[in-house]
Amino acid sequence: MTADAGPDPDLDLDLYRTVALVRGFERRAVELVRAGVVPGGIHPCTGQEAVAAGVCAALRPDDLLTSTHRGHGHVLAKGADPARMMAELAGREPGLNRGRGGSMHAADFSLGVLGANAMVGAAVPIAAGAAWALRRAGSDRVAVAFFGDGAVNQGVVLEAFNLAALWRAPVVLVCENNGFATSMRTADAVAGSVLGRARAFGIPARAVDGTDPRAVRAAAAEAVARARAGGGPTLLECAVYRFDAHHTWEHTARPGYRSAAEEAAGRARDPLEVQGARLAPGVRSAVDAELDALLDAAVEFARGAPHPDPAAALEHLYATEVG
Amino acid sequence: MPKLSYLKALNRALGDEMARDPSVCVLGEDVRVAVSNVTAGLVKRFGPERVLDAPISEQAFTSFATGAALVGLRPLVEFQIPSLLFLAFEQIANQAHKVSLMSGGRARVPVTYLLPGSGSREAWAGQHSDHPYGLFAHVGVKTVVPATPSDAYGLLLSALRDDDPVVVFAPAGALGVREDVDPAALGPVPLGRGRVHRAGTDVTVVAVGHLVHEALAVAEELAGRVSVEVFDPRTLHPLDRAGLAASLRRTGRLVVLDDSNRSCGFAAEVLATAAEGPRLRAAPRRVTRPDGAVLPFAPALDRACQPGRAGLLAAIGEVTGVIEEGGGT
Ligand SMILES: Cc1ncc(C[n+]2csc(CCOP(=O)(O)OP(=O)(O)O)c2C)c(N)n1
Ligand SMILES: [Mg+2]
Repeated sequence: MTADAGPDPDLDLDLYRTVALVRGFERRAVELVRAGVVPGGIHPCTGQEAVAAGVCAALRPDDLLTSTHRGHGHVLAKGADPARMMAELAGREPGLNRGRGGSMHAADFSLGVLGANAMVGAAVPIAAGAAWALRRAGSDRVAVAFFGDGAVNQGVVLEAFNLAALWRAPVVLVCENNGFATSMRTADAVAGSVLGRARAFGIPARAVDGTDPRAVRAAAAEAVARARAGGGPTLLECAVYRFDAHHTWEHTARPGYRSAAEEAAGRARDPLEVQGARLAPGVRSAVDAELDALLDAAVEFARGAPHPDPAAALEHLYATEVG
Repeated sequence: MPKLSYLKALNRALGDEMARDPSVCVLGEDVRVAVSNVTAGLVKRFGPERVLDAPISEQAFTSFATGAALVGLRPLVEFQIPSLLFLAFEQIANQAHKVSLMSGGRARVPVTYLLPGSGSREAWAGQHSDHPYGLFAHVGVKTVVPATPSDAYGLLLSALRDDDPVVVFAPAGALGVREDVDPAALGPVPLGRGRVHRAGTDVTVVAVGHLVHEALAVAEELAGRVSVEVFDPRTLHPLDRAGLAASLRRTGRLVVLDDSNRSCGFAAEVLATAAEGPRLRAAPRRVTRPDGAVLPFAPALDRACQPGRAGLLAAIGEVTGVIEEGGGT
């Protein structure tokens, strides 16, 4: 498969729908944080939706992924039910993980999401190991590890790059470079470059416009095809801008590490508009209306869902009880 | 008298010590914008060479501090979340901690590790809600858990001045505590010395960190019926065994209120220490997190796993036979 093979209306519609789904989900989730329905706050992925949409559009349903603290987009793009996901964020019993995981762990294991991880970089070796095991079993399934620019400074991530390359794990390493790790700029934190780090291990690596769902899809499709064919890992560094706070905590604390002007400039290229412009206006508004109804229903579901029973707080602590 | 908040006390101790001793510096994530508030204003005051924003490389910057300490600096390393200690456990427990002995006393590692917001912050879920002070006490790293603003000030000062690695846990549940203090009276609080917050004769409640305030509230509630002594070890390792023994001689009964998982937790050490001493008048009790707890996200479930007043009341009732069953954890 080569890069952008030209307009594909079905794909464009699909990509737009995912970007808009994630955008609408995050907007509502932030509102629910403000309303006190979602405890603990969230790390919104607003502005970064094209990466989740593009990468997941290149996957088969039986492929795997690992997600992060900013992971709602990845999990929704893999097909999670927005209502059960919102219920998870609200800590309710019908949530994806029965309210035990919350925003940072709102994974859907039934869809091949092997966890959303609150520890930066921690999931990269998990994805690599899963990918390696699939290949060892003779399967052509692949795994994707999503991680931020901050994660490339974790030793374990670089160790995972080495293992993945050495053992040809069919893993696609997707770095969402949103310019910041909390308040720290990528340029102040990464010596050399993200691409250079992958290449040092012999891992092919390329820069991708992470605001363009089509471009992400095309790059991911190539990397996935390579992994399926036994070619080993590929790294994609997707340039994006985080539109919202690092964490909703910032909405009140306002640590002020970037100016309003810089934020406005960063928001100028909006994946929702990039992809929306590829649809006929009538088509776009129909999708928007469908998603509004779906997501409003998800909010209603989450608000009305029962709370888990505190007496069962440690149910599932072990897979098998001893004694 | 002016009010001092716990967070402000940490901020002031660090600022005062940096002003006094130019070898003190700070390493951590987002410390320049002071995400935790502990380092607020410090980069302006002392410059970026002494307040370093590090990339997300905890293992490296923890041992980086060890290296800097070996050649004369006294770094404070701030960790954003308590579970980062699992990541940097090798660097603290197996590296920094062992230098003194393995060098035959020829080298020392004066590093302070600060955990602002340890324990549950409610709804931060399984990977961000641990309270692993017991692990450090177990391996023998000096471990401090201040409960009050003046102790936070004084213990952080002592930790910074100590020539060994010291881990300072500032429990999330204590960060908002405020206290009337005379700023002139603030000073170092010695490591290894406990504090009796309230004297009593019927039962000693050993409480750690934010739970000291829960214990004091329960003691007040029971006043007139049960005379509760509240003993705060402040330093978990080395433990003030003499102070604990003196309290137990007065009361003869013991309940420990500890935000650790029960099995092999800090409370177990207190109970064992008491069991090795003179016979108690009643079997001691501990009120802790459940065995092996992983805190669930949903707030009511998170709370259900944390030790608190209801459990303490019940335990005091059992130990003294004075009050009826309370219930709770
Ligand atoms: C190992 C580890 N260190 C620190 C943190 C605290 N923390 C949470 S998110 C974050 C920034 C992550 O930056 P990046 O990887 O670029 O992802 P982004 O938040 O930008 O999506 C930090 C420091 C953590 N969760 N895990
Ligand atoms: Mg980032």
